[in-house]
Parts: sequence; structure tokens; C-alpha cells
Amino acid sequence: MSAVVQVTGLSKSYGDVHALRDVSLSVEQGELFGLIGPDGAGKTSLYKILTTLMQPDSGKATVLGLNTVRDYRAIRSRIGYMPERFSLYQDMTVRENLEFFAALFGVTVRQNYDLIAPIFAQLERFPNRRAGALSGGMKQKLALSCALIHKPEILFLDEPTTGVDAVSRSEFWEMLNGLRRQGITMMVSTSYMDEAQLCDRIALIGNGRILRTDTPERLVAGLDEQLWNACADNMYGLLEAIRKLPHVAECYTFGATLHVVAEDGFDPEAAKRQLEAGGLKNVEIYPAQGDIEDLFIKLARNE
Amino acid sequence: MAILGSMVRKESLQIWRDKRTLLIVLVMPLVLMLLFGFAISMEVNNVRVAAVVPQHSDQTRNALMRLQVNPYFTFEGLMPVGDIDKVLRSGRADAVVLLDDRGGTLRQQIIADGSNTATAKSVTAYVEGALAESGRNMPVTLRTLYNPQLKSSYNFVPGILGMIFILICAIMTSVSIVGEKERGTMDLLLVSPVRPLTVIIGKLVPYFLLSCILLALMLTLSYTVLGIPFGNIFNIILVSLVYIVLALAVGLLISTMVRTQLAALIASAMIFMIPVIMLSGMIFPIDNMPDILQWLSCVVPARWYISAMRCLMIQQQALSGVWLEMTVLVGMTLVILVLAVRKFYLSTK
Repeated sequence: MSAVVQVTGLSKSYGDVHALRDVSLSVEQGELFGLIGPDGAGKTSLYKILTTLMQPDSGKATVLGLNTVRDYRAIRSRIGYMPERFSLYQDMTVRENLEFFAALFGVTVRQNYDLIAPIFAQLERFPNRRAGALSGGMKQKLALSCALIHKPEILFLDEPTTGVDAVSRSEFWEMLNGLRRQGITMMVSTSYMDEAQLCDRIALIGNGRILRTDTPERLVAGLDEQLWNACADNMYGLLEAIRKLPHVAECYTFGATLHVVAEDGFDPEAAKRQLEAGGLKNVEIYPAQGDIEDLFIKLARNE
Repeated sequence: MAILGSMVRKESLQIWRDKRTLLIVLVMPLVLMLLFGFAISMEVNNVRVAAVVPQHSDQTRNALMRLQVNPYFTFEGLMPVGDIDKVLRSGRADAVVLLDDRGGTLRQQIIADGSNTATAKSVTAYVEGALAESGRNMPVTLRTLYNPQLKSSYNFVPGILGMIFILICAIMTSVSIVGEKERGTMDLLLVSPVRPLTVIIGKLVPYFLLSCILLALMLTLSYTVLGIPFGNIFNIILVSLVYIVLALAVGLLISTMVRTQLAALIASAMIFMIPVIMLSGMIFPIDNMPDILQWLSCVVPARWYISAMRCLMIQQQALSGVWLEMTVLVGMTLVILVLAVRKFYLSTK
């Protein structure tokens, strides 16, 4: 039994809205597990069930071997939870927030300071600033410190990087890596696909269903074979034109270029000639590297 | 216990930090009391009276003297008959008394400015009373017990107490609890090992203490400045504490039913403020209401509190004199508290 989180057949609906449908997954000891999916996919609902804030309609979830419905009290002192939007007391200072959350768990800040020291270091300079006056990145660090202050065995982070600048985001992932080295199991949800590569294993979630669970490398493997980049002067005309070509399963914008998902028999040279004959200038088609986002679009298409 | 302590400390800190709200909470009741106690009074002081006397005699002089020495009147002087309309129109006098002694018997006429019916009624009654004393026939002796001067502050102070506690306790607690839900910190409290009951108590205790400070302030003010008599102060405090707990429970109940702070504010104001003002007997006497409203007023907690306060303060009754009100208040408190705590527990599931 090395699974820290074990979820089997979990369903939850709010009236007619199915937030979770038959969700199963497991998170291993010491893992940095990513829950990747767009807004409204059911990530927060899953978090609320795992953190004992909500009961599932059916199915079962265990955290640290304890049932989330039956043993919720025992779970609560052993997990850390950082909800969306950095829930802090905005009108209290940095130090007051930290001390209050420590007191809730019956510990002192001093006891577990080593754990949060690398994260809290930047905040130490202004312990008397109100949490509401902190920047997004600083709020995030304070929220993480508060969630860690009782030394939880597993940390649930719900969209910790939403609304934070790019520098703070990468800093934040550095911190999570540091925590992983200390043996803390973590479950992170995000809607940024690029963050998925930083996890040990990820689960893709969409429409309340788990679409795939695997390591990021294995998930994207095999995607490249039929994936091409395309660009031209007139990008919108190109998109329209490529979608009409034979042997093209799908074409969508991807950053500055288009990604073309081809079927067997697709010939990039022939396609380029055909497109330029159709009046498009400077057409380029070259192999593309698939990533999680391509996988997501592929899975969504298959649904 | 240590956890409860830090919950209370945190909540008190937040109340203290929100200076603007704190100021409103502490100053508004005092302003309201002074307003109702002095400015907005139903009693009529300083009635300006003018007189028309075609021909003086002992009797008319006697009557005029009575008007002049009465502290409720300001005597505006004598005037010719033709000026009566002008004087009333210009507002220089509230009433004009016509004293005519021609023919041996004194005939009196009071001409009052009826543009404000309430004032007109009191003015005529006053003048009538003042003049009647001169009279030969005075069959009715009028004595008003408990509030001989019919001071309206006696009437309003219990009403204001009843209104303020529902306002402060219900609105502040519900807004603060719903605020934690909105910002997501409630989830963090509930995910911690702290029991939901501790969360509730930690939320209610600071507002209870704040209400106690307010109670002390308002009672001091009504005793010293407004001169309200107190019977047994401990009984007044006891009933008030029950009512404060009831108001806190109401706030907790509201917080379990709404999602946003604005909704909490509107719910507290609409569901509790208006009935408190309209149906509690604070302004409109309950006995004058149609039956349906009288029944409806029974579910308004303030009705019972105000009624009990009137008995305790003005009539200076013992606690046994308000047993009905006390029973109803305690009963309501228990029911709402149980309901609110249960709903709170359910919402955490």
C-alpha cells in the first residue's frame, strides 16, 4: 500500500451538472502528481472530496489509507490544502496569518520553520505587511507557507499558479521540487499545459472524466509521427485551406503556427504545392513536436 | 481551548482593523439614541400661544397668567382679532386663545394650527388643560403612571436597544462568516482539525463581547443623559444578554443560507430590520394593528424584547413580571441556535 491517494469510481453532480463521472486514479508516495484540465473540468470538485470538504455521490476515495467520508477527522490534521485564489486573511499581516494557521493545527511556527524557510525567506523582510498588500507571487508563497506550517504528509494544491506572473510561476515550481526532495507527496492542478511536463505523473481530466494517466513523456510519445507545423503569410486563409486538404484529420492554431494532424498518406510537399497554387504565399510545412495540449485536443476530438 | 483562543484573537483583530465599521457600530447607536431621545420626540414642548382679549377682566387676566407661567408655553402676547389668521399662517404661534368675558361668563375658544395633526392635538389638549384649571368644573383627575410627563424617550430607548442588537449582531456575524466563505478561508478552517463548533464559537464570541460593550454604552447613556429609570439593572442585563445571543444565532442562520456578503447584508436588513421597526411595537403600538399583523408580530424577536424592556425599565417590574417574554426569547434562542448550528454542520459536509 504505497498509494497515498486512491480514488475509485468517484462521481459527483450538482443538480444536472456532472462535475465528476466515475473518476479513478492513484497517487504514489513521494510523487508530484499533476491534474491537468481546462476550467470546469472537475478539478476543484475532486479536491474538495479529497480534502474532506465534500462527500461524493458514489465511489470511494482514500487519503493516506483513510476513507475521506468516514475518517475525515483523522485526515484533516495530516493533509495540507491550498485552495484556488490563495485564501488568506487579507486584513492580517504576514506573520499573523502564519501564526494563526499554525495555531489551528496546534503547532508553533518555530517547530516547522525549517520546512518553510526556503519559501518564506522572501517574506521575512516584511512580516508586518498586510496579506492584502502583497503581490500575487508573494501571496502565493505565503499561502504555501500557511499550508505547510503543520508539516503535512500530502499537499493538495488547487491551481496554485493561476494569476501569477511567469517568473513567480517558475520559482513556484522550483519550490515544489524542493518539497518533493523532502519526501512530501503533492497533487497539483493546473490549466497551464506547459506545467504538466514538470510533474512526475499526470492525469488529464476533461468534462469530469479522467482521460489518461501516465508520465508526461509517455503521454506525448507517438504524437509527433503525424504532427506538422504549418505557416504562411495569411494564417487564417491557410487554416481554412488546410482543413479542406485530403488526409488531414485536424488543423488548429498553436502559438504562432498551425498544428496539422495528418492521416496516412499525407505528403507535406504535395500539400505545400497545392496550397500555393490556391494563392497562399510563403507556405511552410515542417515536423512538429507534440505536447500535452496536442494530446488534449486529440482526446477531446475522440470523445 | 488554545485553538479557540487564537480564533477569537484573530476575529477580534479583524474587527479592530476594520476601523470604519467599528466606528459606525459604536457611534451609530449612540447617535440614534440621542436623536430619538431629544430631537425626534412625539411630545410637544414650547407651545407658542397668542391671545385675543377684547375686554380684560379678572377672569381673563387669571387665564392669561396661567398661560404665561406654564413651562410648556411661550406666551407670544396679545393681538387683535383680525390678526389671528396671519399669525397662524406665518407660524409665529401654534395656537391662539380667544378669551371673551363680555356678558359675565368667560367664553374660551382655542384656534390651533392644524397643519400637523399630531402637534395640533397635543397643543389643544395642553391649552385646554391649562385653561381648565382655572375653571370651576374639573371632574377628571388625570394621572399617568410610570411616565408622568409622557416622555417619548422612555418609549424609544427599549425600541432602539431591540433594533441595534439585531442590526449589529445579525448583520456583522452573517457578513463576517459569509465573507470567509467568499474568500475561501472558511474551507481552510474546516480542512484543519478544528471542530466546526469551535469555528462557530470563535466567530460568535468576539461579536458577543462587542455587543456587551455596546449594551454598557447604551445603558449608561440612557441612564445619565436621557434619565431613563432602571428597575433592577441585573434583570435588564440578563434579558439583554439572552436577546444578544438570539441575534447572534440569527446572524449565524443567515450566513448558512446565503452565498455572498451582499446577500447577507440584504437578508439581514430586509428580513429583520423592517419587521423590527414596523412590527415590534417600537413605533406603532401592537394593539392598534390588524389581527394578522398582531399574529405576525409574535415571531419578531424584538417585539418580546422591547416589551420586556418596557416592563423592566419603565414599570420597574421584577423578572417575574416578564416571564412570558423571557420564555419566548429563550425558546426562540434555543430553536434558532440549534437550527443554525445544524445547518452550519450540513453546509460543511
